[in-house]
Amino acid sequence: MTAESKLGCRANYFWSMNSPIVECRSVSKKYGEIPALVNFDIDISEGEVFGMIGPDGAGKTTLFRILSSLILPDSGRAIVLGHDVVKDYRFIRKSIGFMPGRFSLYQDLTVEENLNFYASVFGVNIHDNYHLIKDIYAPLEPFRTRRAGKLSGGMKQKLALSCALIHQPMLLILDEPTTGVDAVSRKEFWDHLGSLQKDGMTILVSTPYMDEAQRCGRLAMIQKGCLLDIGKPEEIRSRFNGTLFQLTCSDRYQALLICRNSEQISSVHAFGQALHLTLADGGQTEVVENLLVHQGIGEVVIHEIPPSIEDCFMQYLM
Amino acid sequence: MESETIIEVRGLVKRFGKFIANDHLSFTVAKGEIFGFLGANGAGKTTAIRILSGLSSPTSGYVSVAGIDASRYPEKVKKSIGYMCQRFSLYEDLTVFENIRLYGGVYGLTLKEIRLRSDEMLGRLDISDLRDRLIGSVPLGWRQKLAFSVAIFHQPKIVFLDEPTGGVDPITRRQFWDLIYEASRAGITVFVTTHYMDEAEYCDRVCILSEGKIQAIGNPVELKRSFGVTSMDEVFVKVARNV
Repeated sequence: MTAESKLGCRANYFWSMNSPIVECRSVSKKYGEIPALVNFDIDISEGEVFGMIGPDGAGKTTLFRILSSLILPDSGRAIVLGHDVVKDYRFIRKSIGFMPGRFSLYQDLTVEENLNFYASVFGVNIHDNYHLIKDIYAPLEPFRTRRAGKLSGGMKQKLALSCALIHQPMLLILDEPTTGVDAVSRKEFWDHLGSLQKDGMTILVSTPYMDEAQRCGRLAMIQKGCLLDIGKPEEIRSRFNGTLFQLTCSDRYQALLICRNSEQISSVHAFGQALHLTLADGGQTEVVENLLVHQGIGEVVIHEIPPSIEDCFMQYLM
Repeated sequence: MESETIIEVRGLVKRFGKFIANDHLSFTVAKGEIFGFLGANGAGKTTAIRILSGLSSPTSGYVSVAGIDASRYPEKVKKSIGYMCQRFSLYEDLTVFENIRLYGGVYGLTLKEIRLRSDEMLGRLDISDLRDRLIGSVPLGWRQKLAFSVAIFHQPKIVFLDEPTGGVDPITRRQFWDLIYEASRAGITVFVTTHYMDEAEYCDRVCILSEGKIQAIGNPVELKRSFGVTSMDEVFVKVARNV
């Protein structure tokens, strides 16, 4: 902290609705010798659903804890809703909703008691704000006297989201809300986020599932504490380097092994039932096709496809 | 693929009080097969896996694992299988080799065998230099790959993998599947659960559970064809929502 600390919280009161909801400038954090965030910069605007995409250990949780004032950055500065997360932590805690990755409601309180507790901590009335959580909480109503610890994974997730929303936060931070959740419940959860966004909520959400990236307005791909890329999903996809081809055939695994050893090919990865590949300089799909056919692989079909977020992420990792 | 049956389940029922977690499950898994076990949270996957691995006994029905009647000889079943899950993979405050020695010892291998096999295993994974590092300091991706190798260290006939790739990056996830394919080619049956639907496509066959019952079972290509869709993700959504 140097000159900026002199600006102090007073300057932050000039925050207007046009300012970013979240502003991170060169935020760094280490745990011992291990860097969790390295000179991290992001801006998030009002009404965005902003996704942080990256594997475990990428730095997603560290960033969220800094933004919600739960831990301190080693250096750099983070402004949330116009307030410094270090100085104005009281304001931050009142104004945001945070759903941590690990279920952290009271297991031995009932569904209703948990919700009441959170409402009372924030000094709000459940009935006044019920419209905010109605869609999410309604399926829990029949279980309102059940202890939170006895709920299924999907129901716990709904309750946690309800508790994070009940005080009508100006920013909702969700740390891996869909990890370990099945594909159907994950889709439903994203539908809920979509309706919250329509009501004007700004949402910062992290996920290890690349397919969920498409549901974000903008996203940051992160790995080892560093930003790999940031932008709208289609912008990130347009930055894919080279032409991507999809290959389907009779024996995907054998074809994968052959492609890995071919000089025609620059990169090849399994993708569901197909392989995704990019060609090396001078490589040709016809040559690859012949190579596979000669080695006994049948039904080889290669055609160009648009890259997905996962293709882009892997390109950055290579 | 060889047609020898390694898992046979007939009319498996598991009740917890009034709740039926597994409702008359019947299926077989062949030797060396990669068998995907899918379902929404609470569909009954974990209950079934616990029974198949000798940790719990069925209320009724017949379960044979590696030729052993699982309800009568659960201890024998435990010896002939390997198990790995996402939440726990290896002891963080033991070194790589200490973890291997612990697991090898639990499964009754001699120290000599353990040394021999672990040198071979670490060499194959190209991480011999990590041998004396604490697991806690090994990157997550490598930890998961090690955990898998440790789970098949005693050369079991079947390995159960419960969401083995949760949270790892997309490259490591694919490297992990390379290990699964290698194990399968070596004749080990792989029984795997996952929430990544692209991984469902990597399985030889998948079984989709919903409300304790098998709603669909078969090869991914056949399943997609019979549901008239192009991805396992769509199959899963249709089955789980009972469309």
